[in-house]
Amino acid sequence: MSDTSQLLVRRIRDGTVIDHIEPGKALVVLRALNITGREGNVITVALNVPSSKHGKKDIIKVENRFLETDETNKLALIAPHATINIIKDYRLVEKRKILLPDSIVGIFKCPNLKCISNSGEEIRSSIDIIDKEKLVLKCRYCTRTLSTDELIF
Amino acid sequence: MPNPFYDRDIVSIRDFTRNDLEYVFSATDKIRSLEASEKSELGKGRTLGYIFYEPSTRTRMSFEAAMASLGGSSIGISDLKSSSVEKGESLADTIRVIDLYSDIIVLRHPMDGSSRFAAELSKNPVINAGSGSEEHPTQALLDLYTILKEKGRIDGLSIAIVGDLKYGRTVYSLLYGLTNYKVNVHLVAPPLLQIRKESIYEVHSKLRIQEHSTLDEILPELDVIYVTRIQKERFPDLQEYEKVRGTYTIDTSTLAKAKPDVSVMHPLPRMDEISHSVDSTKNAVYFRQAGYGKELRAAVLALMLNEKPF
Repeated sequence: MSDTSQLLVRRIRDGTVIDHIEPGKALVVLRALNITGREGNVITVALNVPSSKHGKKDIIKVENRFLETDETNKLALIAPHATINIIKDYRLVEKRKILLPDSIVGIFKCPNLKCISNSGEEIRSSIDIIDKEKLVLKCRYCTRTLSTDELIF
Repeated sequence: MPNPFYDRDIVSIRDFTRNDLEYVFSATDKIRSLEASEKSELGKGRTLGYIFYEPSTRTRMSFEAAMASLGGSSIGISDLKSSSVEKGESLADTIRVIDLYSDIIVLRHPMDGSSRFAAELSKNPVINAGSGSEEHPTQALLDLYTILKEKGRIDGLSIAIVGDLKYGRTVYSLLYGLTNYKVNVHLVAPPLLQIRKESIYEVHSKLRIQEHSTLDEILPELDVIYVTRIQKERFPDLQEYEKVRGTYTIDTSTLAKAKPDVSVMHPLPRMDEISHSVDSTKNAVYFRQAGYGKELRAAVLALMLNEKPF
């Protein structure tokens, strides 16, 4: 993390820091991870923080919550370059990159309006990643392929 | 080979291997050879429950006739106005209830993926009898069976699929089924109705496909012409429908330019895409195709209901 961002975002004692989020995507990341702040933890969100590597980046710090790998891998299609830092007693105890999961459930909507997952039935959307190199996705219900640009929140 | 269809959903033909397909074709041959009294033991005391959210003649009637031939009965809804769907009941609730009353559920629904969702909810197996413009797997099974019976083989054939390739669910199921064979597929459609690329991503690596906007250039090499109806109900704009209807009419002058033994198929109902003058020719296969439908569906039901039906 650059010095400037250190000034903007305070250190946390315990929790998760999601760093190197593409600029402007932090709010989407919060939504994808269902981080609402309702549980009372301090959550710090910084947008467009100057970054030596990427020019700009977003950062999220969630105090007192240790995000699991299954949770953070959901970010693969939103913030593929983000890094996850698990902090315990002010020390970095785990640093991990995001891995593409085989499928992402309940986060994105299928863009096909005629898909049963968009029908108002009690159904969770399920998007399979069928080609991890070319990033080809497929709705498990209507089976149409789609690109990450077509995903709808 | 153990019966791969026993207690199994038929949601997509993509779930079946070539061995599975050959298994159901051989079961269909067997069903056709059985005496009525032998057949009527295969579904005795069993119930098929159907719900058709969209109109159907052949599919619903052939399922009912097939179940009756196995000695079973059918219950269901094809007029939604007389059902709780009209009161706003969800598909999920409707399926859960039909599941209590039947051994197999047959569903036709206008949304893509509807049968997959129903199969997740139902304890009993679900047959997709048409899910939006996604799939109609038992139609594809009977289409492949028809080709096999009419031509004696499927491998090595040149097959044109003509008409509404964008919205026609039978087209997609047939294409997915054909990926199990070595065939040349020609897709012939006007620009407005060309195949949806997002639905055939995995087909391209398994099947040789060429796309055309007219039929004439490929007619002499075709073994099968599979014609589909330009579906009025799939068009949001009726003006667009009027522009393309009747674009690819097959008539006797079309047949004159094709191989003498070319087979003309159609999932029916037809409008004006096959001239009635073709009906009396030896090339017209579409009514026999509909006939195979009942026997093939009887075979599928017998396999789903009995671990060892024969």
